[in-house]
Amino acid sequence: MPEVIEVIFEKYQRKPDQLIPILQNVQREFGYITPESVKHISRYLRISENQIFGVSSFYAQFRFTAPGRHSVRVCLGTACHVRGGATLLEMLERELEIVCGETTPDRRFDLERVACLGCCALSPVVQIDADIYSRMTVNKLSELLKQYE
Amino acid sequence: MNKLKKKITSAKKKWEGIENNKEPIVYIGAASCGRAAGALELISETEKFIKENNISARVIQVGCIGPCYLEPLVDIKMPGQPRVSYSNVNVRTLNNILKSQLLEGVPFTKAAIGNFGSSAFNGIPPFYELPMLKPQVRIVLRNCGLIDPEDIDQYLAMEGYQGLMNALEMSPEDVIGVVRQAGIRGRGGAGFPTFKKWTVCRNTPGEQKYLICNADEGDPGAFMNRSLIESDTHAVLEGMMIAGYAIGASKGIVYIRAEYPLAIERLKTAIKQMKEYGLLGKNILGSTFNFDITIKEGAGAFVCGEETALIASIEGKRGMPRSRPPFPAISGLFGCPTIINNVETLGTLPNILRNGAEWYNRFGKEGNRGTKTFSLVGKIRRTGLIEVQLGTTLREIIFDIGGGVQKPFKAIQTGGPSGGCLSEEFLDLAVDYESLASAGSIMGSGGLIIMDEDTCVVDVAKYFLDFTQKESCGKCIPCRVGTRHMVEILERITHGEGVPEDLLTLRTLGDTIKKGSLCGLGQTAPNPVLTTLRYFRNEYLEHIKDGLCRAVVCKDLIEYRVIKEKCTGCQSCVKACPTGAISGPRSEPHNLDKTKCIKCRSCYEICRFEAIAGDAIVIRTAEKRS
Ligand SMILES: Cc1cc2nc3c(=O)[nH]c(=O)nc-3n(C[C@H](O)[C@H](O)[C@H](O)COP(=O)(O)O)c2cc1C
Ligand code: FES
Repeated sequence: MPEVIEVIFEKYQRKPDQLIPILQNVQREFGYITPESVKHISRYLRISENQIFGVSSFYAQFRFTAPGRHSVRVCLGTACHVRGGATLLEMLERELEIVCGETTPDRRFDLERVACLGCCALSPVVQIDADIYSRMTVNKLSELLKQYE
Repeated sequence: MNKLKKKITSAKKKWEGIENNKEPIVYIGAASCGRAAGALELISETEKFIKENNISARVIQVGCIGPCYLEPLVDIKMPGQPRVSYSNVNVRTLNNILKSQLLEGVPFTKAAIGNFGSSAFNGIPPFYELPMLKPQVRIVLRNCGLIDPEDIDQYLAMEGYQGLMNALEMSPEDVIGVVRQAGIRGRGGAGFPTFKKWTVCRNTPGEQKYLICNADEGDPGAFMNRSLIESDTHAVLEGMMIAGYAIGASKGIVYIRAEYPLAIERLKTAIKQMKEYGLLGKNILGSTFNFDITIKEGAGAFVCGEETALIASIEGKRGMPRSRPPFPAISGLFGCPTIINNVETLGTLPNILRNGAEWYNRFGKEGNRGTKTFSLVGKIRRTGLIEVQLGTTLREIIFDIGGGVQKPFKAIQTGGPSGGCLSEEFLDLAVDYESLASAGSIMGSGGLIIMDEDTCVVDVAKYFLDFTQKESCGKCIPCRVGTRHMVEILERITHGEGVPEDLLTLRTLGDTIKKGSLCGLGQTAPNPVLTTLRYFRNEYLEHIKDGLCRAVVCKDLIEYRVIKEKCTGCQSCVKACPTGAISGPRSEPHNLDKTKCIKCRSCYEICRFEAIAGDAIVIRTAEKRS
């Protein structure tokens, strides 16, 4: 077993209720849920790979393909919807030439939607990596993207 | 308990030192919303300024005080002066503010909005007299924006953990008695009396019981729970301990969504501090009470806010709700008696146990005691987080506190995806559980979304239904298939392809889904559609019969154009247009090439000349046809 995974497992008990925290940790480590890690988790927690996929595919957080260098998440919560969040998403889809949920071919950006970032008072809101940008406009956003390589 | 009392004494001294500061203090609101508005940059700029000018001053990070539309907020307290609050601060104004206050000792009045003294100071009005703050009653939010949430001593200085100490001196039954007398109802949505749920759990035999704090806050457009955790972390944790003691639980779990990293970080810090202060673990404060708190991060599923789904999720399963009974209070997490309470419910408990039930009874009205926090967002002047007594009218909230709407008011959506849209005629409705329900909406967790004439209610109904349809766990058919069918009909209507019968179909479907669904998600999902059908029927009919979207939202029904007389040729729309559909030399009215226009609305949103933005660059299809 790769050492990274072993280190992860050491932090969690061998109980089925640890599945989601382990998956979260794996994703933090590798950027996504790798097929190998699913095998190892299955053996460690003694639950089937099927079951692991069943659980992980239910939640929006987990992804099964390698992420790009930066994640762009457009909030499409109610406040952002009412204030034009969808326009921002459309603009990104056009500018990056991918649809929501995809990664650009040069692996520079992932584009995702998110249900609400809790900054609704400053809507519309876009998150790039860990930073949240508020009161976004098409122009500001397009400028902002240039800062990310 | 004596150890903690000593700590409190020293915490209070420390706080007095802050209050009677000898050196200037700069407070910066750095909750997620403040950060999104640029607070972190202000913090480093301030620190740089202090160093460069070689002065001694302190920077304290505080949480969110509420008027998020003014963010980022910076407060400065000079020795012997009241704390002055500055709004919408950017790096440039920050430097002016710091120069004026820290170096010259006078407030920079141009950017100041309020002071925390009791009267005006240098022409700056008292903060709590501001129109947005004055009508509010702050119980849960009492510390938000005032203290550093990462410093347990500041919480202790604010009488923190006094409620817990009082509780531990009573029997658990007496604690439940106080909560019963206080009359608080669950703030997570349904408004079920808190003491009732607790009593069932308390009376159920079981070695192990659990207390779960529901910090999932899945409602898009709502952020009360996030703000409270980020701004007064210990209050929520103290509430968990009080609840845990009352029901006989030894384990507490915070179930919080992963989209709130700062809140999670602050919870971790606070839990560590509690352990250091002997507030967690065995025999807490010398009592027989044992309690520990752990954090479980959600993984992104709206339905996991529902109690039974939340439990499944903690158990490591798909977050599917199950039918009740048995209720979690009898058989919940791992089959043990479990109480799930909302963040705000828990955050209120320390106040009730500190001040007593009678005190709490002074707020709100019969049957709806106390206060409720709301996130006030959408097309309203003053957006943010507010707290008012139950029974306050929508009009007071929207106009007195929120400052009204820039364009004519159209609707208010309460209760998130499970709630309803209310029209102007409901403005005098008192906000309490029963009144909202009688109007076809619900209190929900407290998201209030204001809509003006630029919002299309059919589009909003479609938005919510699309949301619930995507978030449906799929276990039961009415919810899974029914909502999809409703979305399809709404799609057609917004494309101008609706037929009059659609309205009846929507209603019948809605009623069936409400009756036939397994959990609260499906049981409430049709509400946004049903209420808009009831109160905004005309707008549906306009879409169907005239192909008209009066709010200029539904793309297939609108077309954009430049109003030549109003265009100043400022070129901002030329720059904003992603497809190059708008062109024209500077200072001359621009041209819009309809064949290139993708109706993204960017030009409409960006045009600064209200004249243009106002009556729109739009010809309605109906006009065009004739
Ligand atoms: C689909 C759905 C989502 C919910 N989401 C939340 C939520 O995000 N936060 C919350 O406190 N309650 C939520 N609830 C309500 C909870 O199930 C539960 O009633 C509440 O947490 C109880 O706490 P209270 O008694 O303190 O109100 C949701 C309910 C449903 C049906
Ligand atoms: S709706 Fe976008 S941050 Fe809440």
